[in-house]
Amino acid sequence: MKVKLDVGRFNPESEGDKSFRQEFDLEVEEYYTVLDALMQVRDYEDPSLAMRCSCRASICGSCAMKINGTSGLGCNTKIVDVIKKDGTVKVDPAGNLPVVKDLVVDMEPFWSKVREIKPFLQTKGPEPQDEYIAPQQAMLDLVKPVGCIMCGACVSDCTVLEVDSNFIGPAALAKASRFIDDPRDEMNAERFAQLNQYTGVWDCTRCMACVEVCPKGVAPMDRIMTIRDQIINAGIKNTNGARHAEGFASIVKRYGTLDETQLVIKTFGVLNPIVALKNIKALFGLLPVAYRALRKNKLPPVFHHKIAGVSYIKNIFKKLGA
Amino acid sequence: MAVYQHDVLVVGAGLAGMRATLAAQEAGADVAMITKVHPVRSHSNAAQGGINAALESRGDNWDDHAYNTVKGSDYLGDQDAIEIMCQEAGPAVVELEHMGVVFNRDENGRLGTRHFGGQEVARTFFVADITGQALLHALYEQIMKYNPRVYEEWFVTSLVIEDGKCCGVVALELMTGQIHLIKAKAVILATGGTGRCFEPSTNGLVVTADGQGLAYQVGVPLMDMEMVQYHPTTLKGNGVLMTEGARGEGGYLLNSEGERFMKTYAPNMMELASRDVVSRSEQTEINEGRGIDGCVLLDLRHLGRELIETKLAYINEVAMDFANVNLAEEPCPIRPGNHYEMGGIKTDVHGVTSMPGLYAAGECANVSVHGGNRLGANSLLDTVVFGKRAGIHAADYSRQIEQINVPDSIVSLDEGRIKSFFDKKDNTDTPATIRLAMGQAMNEGVAVFRDEAGMQAAYKTILELKDRYKRLGVHDSGKIFNTNLLFAFELGFMLDTAETICVSALARKESRGAHYRTDMPDRDDENWMKHILVQNTGEDLPTVDFSPVTVTRWEPQIRSY
Repeated sequence: MKVKLDVGRFNPESEGDKSFRQEFDLEVEEYYTVLDALMQVRDYEDPSLAMRCSCRASICGSCAMKINGTSGLGCNTKIVDVIKKDGTVKVDPAGNLPVVKDLVVDMEPFWSKVREIKPFLQTKGPEPQDEYIAPQQAMLDLVKPVGCIMCGACVSDCTVLEVDSNFIGPAALAKASRFIDDPRDEMNAERFAQLNQYTGVWDCTRCMACVEVCPKGVAPMDRIMTIRDQIINAGIKNTNGARHAEGFASIVKRYGTLDETQLVIKTFGVLNPIVALKNIKALFGLLPVAYRALRKNKLPPVFHHKIAGVSYIKNIFKKLGA
Repeated sequence: MAVYQHDVLVVGAGLAGMRATLAAQEAGADVAMITKVHPVRSHSNAAQGGINAALESRGDNWDDHAYNTVKGSDYLGDQDAIEIMCQEAGPAVVELEHMGVVFNRDENGRLGTRHFGGQEVARTFFVADITGQALLHALYEQIMKYNPRVYEEWFVTSLVIEDGKCCGVVALELMTGQIHLIKAKAVILATGGTGRCFEPSTNGLVVTADGQGLAYQVGVPLMDMEMVQYHPTTLKGNGVLMTEGARGEGGYLLNSEGERFMKTYAPNMMELASRDVVSRSEQTEINEGRGIDGCVLLDLRHLGRELIETKLAYINEVAMDFANVNLAEEPCPIRPGNHYEMGGIKTDVHGVTSMPGLYAAGECANVSVHGGNRLGANSLLDTVVFGKRAGIHAADYSRQIEQINVPDSIVSLDEGRIKSFFDKKDNTDTPATIRLAMGQAMNEGVAVFRDEAGMQAAYKTILELKDRYKRLGVHDSGKIFNTNLLFAFELGFMLDTAETICVSALARKESRGAHYRTDMPDRDDENWMKHILVQNTGEDLPTVDFSPVTVTRWEPQIRSY
């Protein structure tokens, strides 16, 4: 099978600051993965091609990269599954991390965020003589998040990190959830307080990119949403995020549809002078949006009306116990 | 030039390396870890099935575990070392649990077990089929907690020896291409196995016998290197591992006639006989025409989808990704494949080698607890028990001695080697072609079934390749992340190690454990119940020596399963 590997390259030593593209025409076997093809280039055509790889079996997390623009592991992505009609496969280094050379990125920003969440089991009181007693199901449920191989595919495609590098990111948050959900860990209050801040769980925009690209089914965004619930359930509600979530639900429950004007008022706590003052900058930031909406005649009506079947909606909430 | 100096320097950051580092740090030493890949990329990741321990609190008995291990080793393991490992296994597993490993539980919330090969009772503790990964990440969490210095993506090119003592390493920093001297009072090698000396292998691309090569360079003996384990269930095609846990959970091995052929070879233990026995049985079936396209079948259908998707989810994913097989619906073609090196750098039960200041632990070491054949789930145990012991002993040793002064100029030797690689760039040979030829030759001549002629042929090829290696050049002249240069160094370690495997295999004139000679099919306890030591004395060819096996309680018996 023929494939044209279109590789995004970067070599500050020989090519200067600019990245460049290079194509390699290869004859490969049907069962080849993207990593197999890259290794064929590196081992037999261009030894200067730099990349990381180790296990070849999607367990070491070395070879996360962009394949046709979407992040994944080179070692478990088969060429036949990603080859385009014109016979090419486009390969680029992982995103949202500084490129060192070709497909090698600097992972230190990734790890420094992981370290921030205190990524180790923390217990209070003396250790038991034997093992901790822990429910069978709780430990089974942890296998998925513990299965995170720290490849960085989620970070690479995170749309928040693209615009705000301060966001702690999906990998670190999934790691945090692994400890929050561990019945042995006793630092949930401290973890919630940390993750409730700016850069934490509320900065996720729920775009789903991390869930789609995670090669191990860790589903970071789902875990971020669970942490949000856990934070609210722990009674920590003084954030725009918590107000947004609760406001959203209460409006829909009352009217059957969303009233965006009220949502703004609830989210930014306009009726509470202390909260509103803190949000003054964000509120002014909305004015241009409101102005543009007005010009396009898209501004929500001042008085929002209940829909006809609102009682059904209320029943749904009732059934959910919310 | 920057000066780097530590009490203890650990080379390698897999399970043994990280466990040694944490132990040395706890013992009060200034310890650093140097590793050619980020710690969580280490190959300990790939261990799937579990870790053995006889928990007294569960009514199990470490004596039984020790006996099973001695028998599994085909009586080549040193029984004093095996007793230590099995005695310390329970506390080691509990310690890992306390660190945060999410071990599978029973319905009472206590640690749950699964059956594994060569053990008479279920004493394997596990995290689904990702036990190695779970342990590796848990240990790395402890590294992040205690924060020792980690020289990440630095590759050790040679050990520094002064006054007959190991007192540091010379290393290549991959990101800059710079060569550094790191002084240390004690150096612990924990670099893993020899898998890439063979092709195919279950081992990752980074498993290149670095520690064995480094020790061999400075004349430290490698012991029982002929004992190379072929794992019974590796995937057709790319040779990726399919855990023994699949058989531990009740999986069958079938031949082309649909028979559970293990009834012929191991009527009692069936699919859960020792790995050497199962691999030979499979190969016999294949050789006698009852295989399918060079494979036999691993059948898990009767285990049911739910069990497969919870306890064997990773191998199900692997089978799907690489062989297009859904384990709940169809049997999976598998075959014996290179997996583990029982042999290694000779150490005592504290990881001490013949060279003062030099320690070894984990797969690169040979204590010897695995002897002629390692039992499944004893390797993770080996790494944490002997990693910890080496860390403690090295910390203690480092307190008792002064750092030997080493001139910075020592790095010029390795700088010279690098220059020489660059100078030979007109030679078109590449590390990959030489490695492939080596791997194929080893897999042909030093595999499941061996004979004099086959082993000689492999050895001859290795010597030819060593000659080619002398002329090998590096074609990437860059400094930043030059893997071409890295592979050239690794290849040197692999070729030396492959040679020791051939020499050791040719020396053992009997069949024992993984070393099965069709021309000498019997075990010969009278003459060959001894270790084989292969050593570099500076001559062209290595020397061969022998040392006795320690027997404490279990005299050799006929070994049947």
